[in-house]
Formats: sequence, C-alpha cells, structure tokens
Amino acid sequence: MSTNKEFDFKNYVRGRYFPHIWCPGCGHGIVLGALLRAVHELELDKNNIVMTSGIGCSSRISGYVDFHSLHTIHGRALAFATGVKLSRPNLKAIVPMGDGDALAIGGNHFIHAARRNIDITAIVMNNRIYGMTGGQFSPLSGTGKKATTAPYTTIDNNFDVVELAKAAGASFVARSTVFHASESKEYLKKAIMHKGFSVVEILSQCPTYYGRKNKEGDAATMMEGYRKNTVKIGSKKLDTNPDLIQRGIFVEDTDRPEYCEAYDEIIETAMKGKA
Amino acid sequence: MGKGKSVTHVIDKEWCKGCGICVHFCPKKVLELDRRGKVEAVRPEDCIGEKCMLCELRCPDLAIQIKENQEGEND
Repeated sequence: MSTNKEFDFKNYVRGRYFPHIWCPGCGHGIVLGALLRAVHELELDKNNIVMTSGIGCSSRISGYVDFHSLHTIHGRALAFATGVKLSRPNLKAIVPMGDGDALAIGGNHFIHAARRNIDITAIVMNNRIYGMTGGQFSPLSGTGKKATTAPYTTIDNNFDVVELAKAAGASFVARSTVFHASESKEYLKKAIMHKGFSVVEILSQCPTYYGRKNKEGDAATMMEGYRKNTVKIGSKKLDTNPDLIQRGIFVEDTDRPEYCEAYDEIIETAMKGKA
Repeated sequence: MGKGKSVTHVIDKEWCKGCGICVHFCPKKVLELDRRGKVEAVRPEDCIGEKCMLCELRCPDLAIQIKENQEGEND
C-alpha cells in the first residue's frame, strides 16, 4: 500500500492499461476517480480489496484498479463476490456494475444479495443505456427515451434503484451523480465501511449513445443536467417540481445481522463450540 | 490559495481524450484545449488550487492533477 499522504492516481491504477477504453467524456472515469480517492482516504490496503465485476463499460473498472480483481460473467458479479466474501470475509468486496448488468441481466442476484445483507459494496453506475453493445435501452432508460433499439422512443417503465434496493433489504442505500464527484466519494467511503450490503447509485453520463440519441448535448452539458435535475433528499424544490431526482443517503441500518457473521454463528452452533 | 503558493497542473496528455469537462467547469478559465485537442493550463497563475480541484475531481481520464507548491520550493 502507498504510504504517501498525498493522493496520486498512479499509485492505485494499472497504468499499462491507460488511456482507458471509455469514450471521451464518459462519466465512468469520474466514478473510478472517486472510488480511488475513497480508498486512499480510508487508508485501505490495496491487498485487502477485491473488485468483482461482470460485463459492460462500467465493469471494465476492475481491470484498471491495482487491487485484487475478478472480471466475471454478465450480471453474475454479485454471485462471484458472495463466494469470495464467504471464503475470505476479511476482504473488502466492491462490485462495480452498470445499470443493465445490475438490474436486467443480474437483477435476481442484486435483490438476493440485498436480501441476505452480505457485506458487499455494490456501485451501480447508471448511464441509462447499454453502451458497450451499441446503445440499446436498459431497464433504467425510462419511458419516452430514444435508443438504438427504440428509434420511436421506449415504452418501458424504469426501475428506481434506490427504492428497489430498499425494498430488497439493502442496509445502506445512497445516490449521487458524477457532477457531485466529491459527494460520490463520501458516499463510497461510507458504503465501503458499512457492515452489510450497500448500494451506491451514481448517475453517469453516456454522451456517445444516451446523450447523442436523446439530444442531451456533450458530456459537460449532460453533467450540468445532473446539477439542475437533482436535489438533496427532502429539498423544498421538490414541492414545486416532484420530478427532481433526490440525492443522499436513503438507508443506513447497522442493526441487521450481516450474512457472513450469521453464517459463522451457525457453524459455531452446528459444531457445538468445537470449531 | 494561500499566500506565496503556486499551482502546477500535472497533465498526462496521453491519457487526456479532450472531452472538455475540465475546461467547461473551471471557475477561473485556467484551462484550454490545445491544437491536438488536449488540455493545457494556459493561465496557471489564476488557479485557486486545492480550494477547488474541480478539474481533477471531474476528469474522467485521470489525466490532470493539481500540485500546490510553496514559493521558492522548486527554485
């Protein structure tokens, strides 16, 4: 681990894979930056972190960080991370996912990991589209949006990641955007240190597909949109415009038993203290 | 920025993809894209350094870092 007090990206990434594959202006790089800063400020040992990811633009993140990493199959990153966590509970498990990877292909894994309250940090990098495969609409695109597979706009309703995670039983749920990079970093720090399943949704722009199809402008303009269209939880602005997206920490429950600990207790009971 | 301090913008032009996010959000208009479309600190003396850090925080390419120097440190 770097003992330098001063933060330097290059101590935390595999420089040989840079410049990364993400398009110019892609928000995922800002999430990567926020995550590295969070790890630095928490003074975590790089050897104690496992990044497990599935498939998609967002999932490439695990290849760029200089931690232990597993690049697994589409939607199943949480299942792999559950296995890692149960066998090595002392490691910090972080799972970066895209909106489609987390909630379409991996939707079932997502709700069940939340239900078990296993100590994993799930980062949902929500750009509302499948970027890597060419801009198909995702379960988070929402109605009335254009995508390669919806030239006349989508008719599908979207999930609300926060409400879904809350209902499924996640014990830490937060939302931020890449415009609020510093806020994202703070939520990531809390989520990583939280004992239990934590979900951090970070809205991230895809200027190449989502932005271009929906005429939302370049990357900087899309980020300005996050400033205009989001507010802190319970802001007074919601009275006049209830469509604004709320940012903040929605759930922080430390009372519920964590899965690995509960599992250890069962082993203890079964072995009648002989373990 | 504190008195007697200057700011160095450590820019990795190989990593920069010229998306212009840093140029757009810089409150002091310190940054511009050069002829190759890569970021450049054209007015570093106007930079307010660690009070702001918006370019570094929002760069998706991890291509820009702010270093504050005490005056005379590098002489």
